Amino acid sequence: MTLPPQLQELVDDFADVTPKQRLELLLELSRELPELPERFADAADTMEQVHECQSPLFLAVEVDDTEHVHLFFSAPPESPTTRGFASIMHTGLDGEPAADVLAVPDDFYTALGLAQAVSPLRLRGMAAMLGRIKKQVRAATG
Amino acid sequence: MALPNDTDPKLAEYAHPERLVTTSWLAEHLGSPGLVVVESDEDVLLYDTGHIPGSVKVDWHTELNDPTTRDYVDGERFAQICGERGITRDTTVVFYGDRNNWWATYALWVFSLFGHADVRMLDGGRAKWVAEGREMTTDQPKPEAVEYPVVERDDTAIRAFKDDVLAHLGKPMVDVRSPGEYSGELLHMPDYPQEGAVRGGHIPGAASVPWARAAAEDATFRTRAELEAIYLEEQGLSASDDVVAYCRIGERSSHTWFVLTHLLGFDKVRNYDGSWTEWGNAVRVPIVQGSDRGSV
Repeated sequence: MTLPPQLQELVDDFADVTPKQRLELLLELSRELPELPERFADAADTMEQVHECQSPLFLAVEVDDTEHVHLFFSAPPESPTTRGFASIMHTGLDGEPAADVLAVPDDFYTALGLAQAVSPLRLRGMAAMLGRIKKQVRAATG
Repeated sequence: MALPNDTDPKLAEYAHPERLVTTSWLAEHLGSPGLVVVESDEDVLLYDTGHIPGSVKVDWHTELNDPTTRDYVDGERFAQICGERGITRDTTVVFYGDRNNWWATYALWVFSLFGHADVRMLDGGRAKWVAEGREMTTDQPKPEAVEYPVVERDDTAIRAFKDDVLAHLGKPMVDVRSPGEYSGELLHMPDYPQEGAVRGGHIPGAASVPWARAAAEDATFRTRAELEAIYLEEQGLSASDDVVAYCRIGERSSHTWFVLTHLLGFDKVRNYDGSWTEWGNAVRVPIVQGSDRGSV
């Protein structure tokens, strides 16, 4: 599969370490999730609770004039796993061409090797996040 | 030597007050010999961001489940999990976790399957401990390994399997999922993680009582009077009823199992952990869609 370069790099980083170290890497990424810009502050206060089984996540997608995607996330500190997933998306996809984001395979996250340490059930949150990002990219690019 | 019970007046109202401790009781007893505090969270990383000093982590998903069979670990693995964490058969184990103790009650329920005698919930869980500004640490405890006996899991008293539920149809059942899951409409939402079931809906005759109704704003359990208003008056259940609770994979229903069993003193409550992921995929079992309970 062809992934945007930053995302591929992340996948390689995860692949190169043990399952336990993958958790540490995810925790590190959760701390690196950028703060929301001011202009989203009010919107994030009304963060959608997507489903009872999921942590609340605010997600905004913008596509600029050159068809590049910009991602904005917010998730509460008591949801580090959700923040970690969001951080993977941000690191891997922010600033990439819309077409490349849409081309990311829906199951790319299986290559991160997190199933053992995180559990497949929790990983579905990552699939859902990518689904929502793509949906918003499609909406923005018509 | 079990630790003393918490004599807090709110807890004293419950049927089994010995199954709960308050945050102040825990703060006072932290570090006592014979006590192990276990954090069990929905979020697999949360413990590592900071936890109650001395507490150990048990992850339901990756540790209490058998890696191959859809079942819980066996007696040998359970003995290993406990022994590594300094838990003996006589240890007082206090559970706490995120999201209204949702997963912490699941862990307590699994410990109960193995007949661990002294299991207690921290009322209010992680959220209340943090809200009160109590001490948190990222230090990893290094408990001394102890011997925990290999005990046979008892799946008869508090656990129900699909065939048990089929035989139970017509008797009281509580579906603790959200109204959208109960009616089946949530199965059709695009781009959201699905229930992992072919069909949406609920088991015929099951009452819809979302689990979180038993939790107060601060994540503590509602008072006995409030719980009686929901389960006894509104739902018409009684403590002598034979009840089955279920949700999607049994996690939210273990919270309701705890409420009915230990707070309201029901004699026979079983958690159907196969829950909707099994029932919604099983061949030829009856289901009901929409918000009516329906019947068989």
